[in-house]
Amino acid sequence: MSHQSTYNPQTGVEKWVDERLPIVRLGYDSFVDFPTPKNLNYWYTFGGILAICLMVQIVSGVVLAMHYTAHVDYAFLSVEHIMRDVNYGWLMRYTHANGASMFFIAVYAHIARGFYYGSYKAPREILWILGVVIFLLMMATAFMGYVLPWGQMSFWGATVITSLFSAIPVIGDPIKTLLWGGFSVDNPTLNRFYALHYLLPFLIAGAVILHIWALHVPGNNNPSGVDVKDVKKDTLPFHPYYTVKDGFAIVVFLLLFAAFVFYMPNALGHPDNYIEADPLVTPAHIVPEWYFLPFYAILRAIDFNFLFIDSKLGGVIAMFGSILIWFVVPWLDRSKVRSMRYRPIAKQFFWALMVAFFGLGWLGAQPAEGIYVVFAKILTLYYFAYFLVILPVLSVTEKPLPLPKSIADAVLSDKAKKGKAKSPAPITAGGAQPAPAE
Amino acid sequence: MMKKLLTAAALAAAILPGAASAAGVAKEPKSKEWYWDGPFGHYDRDSLQRGFQVYREVCAACHSMKLIAFRHLGDPAGPFYLEECPVELGLPDSTDCSDPAQNPIVKSLAAEYTITDGPDEAGDMFERPGLPADYLPSPYANVQQAASANGGAYPPDMSLLVKARVNGANYIYSLLTGYPEKDLKTIEVPGGQYYNPYYPGDTLSLMKPEYIDENGEIIEDAVRAAEDPKYVSSDGHIYGGAFKMKSPLTDGIVTYEDGTEETIEQYAKDVVSYLAWAAEPKLDERKGMGTFVMAYLFIFAGITYASYRQIWSSANIEH
Repeated sequence: MSHQSTYNPQTGVEKWVDERLPIVRLGYDSFVDFPTPKNLNYWYTFGGILAICLMVQIVSGVVLAMHYTAHVDYAFLSVEHIMRDVNYGWLMRYTHANGASMFFIAVYAHIARGFYYGSYKAPREILWILGVVIFLLMMATAFMGYVLPWGQMSFWGATVITSLFSAIPVIGDPIKTLLWGGFSVDNPTLNRFYALHYLLPFLIAGAVILHIWALHVPGNNNPSGVDVKDVKKDTLPFHPYYTVKDGFAIVVFLLLFAAFVFYMPNALGHPDNYIEADPLVTPAHIVPEWYFLPFYAILRAIDFNFLFIDSKLGGVIAMFGSILIWFVVPWLDRSKVRSMRYRPIAKQFFWALMVAFFGLGWLGAQPAEGIYVVFAKILTLYYFAYFLVILPVLSVTEKPLPLPKSIADAVLSDKAKKGKAKSPAPITAGGAQPAPAE
Repeated sequence: MMKKLLTAAALAAAILPGAASAAGVAKEPKSKEWYWDGPFGHYDRDSLQRGFQVYREVCAACHSMKLIAFRHLGDPAGPFYLEECPVELGLPDSTDCSDPAQNPIVKSLAAEYTITDGPDEAGDMFERPGLPADYLPSPYANVQQAASANGGAYPPDMSLLVKARVNGANYIYSLLTGYPEKDLKTIEVPGGQYYNPYYPGDTLSLMKPEYIDENGEIIEDAVRAAEDPKYVSSDGHIYGGAFKMKSPLTDGIVTYEDGTEETIEQYAKDVVSYLAWAAEPKLDERKGMGTFVMAYLFIFAGITYASYRQIWSSANIEH
């Protein structure tokens, strides 16, 4: 939370700087002395993990850009040049490609955390909205990045997704032509995607700064969802308590990251992307990267015309709507209680939403036919119902459990519960267990 | 118009991906253990050398490997890498055989090829012996020529083939060793095409009329009665499909100098090893570095966790 600055410049140089540009003070107040609820569990470490992901992507991406050629005749070959002839080029490329997947694993965990603990509720609406903006920028960046190696999936994925824009009435076709820079996915498309792929990460970085700023005004939410009442009793300084906890989670996350980079670097990719793009040969299955699959399933679930909206436009509306709806969640969920811990009914619907989202992800990789489409429709319906019906209705009808008086109380009652259990709960690294505040 | 059709085709493929491949199913590839599997796996140099020989004497007649230069063969983990110069060659001390450009095997191998270079000062192309920096010459001048020489099907470039196919190493091995010894009874394969149960194609159109009922459906019982069960899928279809490559390997087609057995299986194993290396030449380096990185991160995680416990234990005292 915003708090009185406790930075006390010790040396003459520090004082001199502090009077002119209090940047050291900003860093100190934001990341050293910042009062942080003492009960944050490992789900709260994904913010720090995401910051690391962004840095890894930017650094590896800048190095790759030094060796990559954005031209339809050379793009595929230049990627193979990176893999074969550039010193540690394979490491840079596999880090960057798998880094995108790691980034999305972390961001999905981070978003789910926000939904579960009600982190979108007042006074954190702008913080939440900035997060959704970052997610949209991430999706655009990842999509355009996947086009750059100019493999078969790059080309055909780009063709399918950009063609979706033509479903939009009146402005759809001009948008599509603008994206293509011509009348099909071709060299101008590759060039503008490359330019934008290099630009957007810096917009993400800017939005992240705003996101952290917006976080540091009200301070962190926490698993109990109750506000900090007494800074002394309820909070700990960010450093060293959360630097070390985030640090541990980051190292564990890097273990997962390294396992992919060094032992299964192509497991999350598609073999077709090792075939150079050929506009005359359509792959049998055009599948997006795994992190887009839930939304791809929603797109394909709409295979029927609705009033004057044809199925194509309907699918596009549903797909974009499924993310855009997050912008208004703070106003759809009117419950005063933030954390699902004290919302016994909403909690069950939340877990059903998680099941639906994973189910949609699985369906996105299946052929859009028969029973798969039926399931995709049911899950899509539930997905939208959760936001448009269930949360608004529960805001009124649900009777929440009694809230703890303070964060300190919540920690104490957690401890008491744990003491009652015969064997102490195991502490799982990076897992779902709330961290005990020992 | 063409572009519109392509876009429509792409959309159709995206929205109805099952439609095109509903008929046929390829047989699940044999699952082999490869040297390079597992966290400590690495390529076997002898197998890579034999595999290169099989590629050169058999595959290279039709398949290019445009991404591989002779110098790559002398890179660490490559088939002809030398850590030190062999003493018997009597090379000067200044020669560094670990450098692919100086590697005597790579140099003499490259020199066995004739490369078209140029233009020279007079503007003419000329021919010269290959150098380590040259890329492996392709058997055809272009894709069209390759296709027209092979019944209309372009033999794919092999540089990345293992990574460009699902379960690539096992798939290529199975394809090479999976051609039936004699023709199947239930299908009629057109001239110039060859049946393989592992090839992702369609056999429904090849079925002899007596195995198809009036609705165009397979008569499952008749197929099962007539055919070797290893070619019949669970729903009574014949696995795989027919394509333009006839079985390239026969026992004894390549003569190994190191006494390794000269069977189709051994050839297939060796050439798949070579192709796996060609697709992923830095695998040894990657897995070696992975061991170090994982060990480092495990220790770092342990230390960080210990620090976490220690720091948070003081949180109790203060509050």
